[in-house]
Amino acid sequence: MIVNLLFYVFGAILVISALGVITARNPVHCALFLVSAFLNSAVIWLLLEAEFLAITLVVVYVGAVMVLWLFVVMMMDIDVEKLRQGFTRYAPVGAVIALVVVAQIATVVYVRKLGLEDAVIAQPKPEGYSNTAELGQLLYTQYLWPFEIAAVILLVAIVAAITLTMRRRPGQKIQDVAKQVAVRAEDRIRVVKMDAEGRQ
Amino acid sequence: MIPLHHVLLLSGILFALSVAGIFINRKNVLLLLMCIELMLLAVNFNFIAFAHHLGDLAGQVFVFFILTVAAAESAIGLAILVVLFRQRKSINVEDLDAMRG
Repeated sequence: MIVNLLFYVFGAILVISALGVITARNPVHCALFLVSAFLNSAVIWLLLEAEFLAITLVVVYVGAVMVLWLFVVMMMDIDVEKLRQGFTRYAPVGAVIALVVVAQIATVVYVRKLGLEDAVIAQPKPEGYSNTAELGQLLYTQYLWPFEIAAVILLVAIVAAITLTMRRRPGQKIQDVAKQVAVRAEDRIRVVKMDAEGRQ
Repeated sequence: MIPLHHVLLLSGILFALSVAGIFINRKNVLLLLMCIELMLLAVNFNFIAFAHHLGDLAGQVFVFFILTVAAAESAIGLAILVVLFRQRKSINVEDLDAMRG
């Protein structure tokens, strides 16, 4: 089936991209591999009928977060060689850990089976079904309170990021808004009384 | 129709790769943060697979919240990283020993 085939193709590209993220020499290449991983995940989410989240992943992650990442990576002057010391020494440990984790998850999925035989199998969606509308329906009724908290978390993140990175350098030309507002006319203009000059 | 266990295995492989990434790039804070992003992506795969399989949208709502928190986390993490680099001129984990931990 075409959906299964697409899933395996994009899954393979996703795994290769993830390998690129953890092994690439240049941090910029790592970030670009991460972009590729997000794009392929978005395609797989589309195949799994999560259309709204797939588009959100592309717009928010690839469009905003990864651009932020690339800005930061390019802003820093990193000595890559020094950071990669011990890469070959720890690579076998990493590989063993990865294999152990995969084996554990495969055990849970295949041996324990999670009782999934009794579970409801996904039905084809009716005509005119909209994932976005359904998600919105749920988000603005049942999950309204968590939704508001998520908004507050984003606000906190904005405030934290700005306060962390803002700095006052000496010699900077900054407006003091309080001073500007408190100024009175007599501080700025001086009205001079003088006689008019005669016509020449 | 994509079998559920194939999606779960794909997400497991993705998670294992990011764990391995944390082990082999243990000096570079930037790459550690990237591996955390990859881990969150792998977790989201599980939620979406089960939401699809069980026909329950609650899983997708959770992915929505995880994406929100992950975006906030990476914004704050990068801000801390920028301040750190400004102070130390390095993002090597071994240079960050001010607390003698």
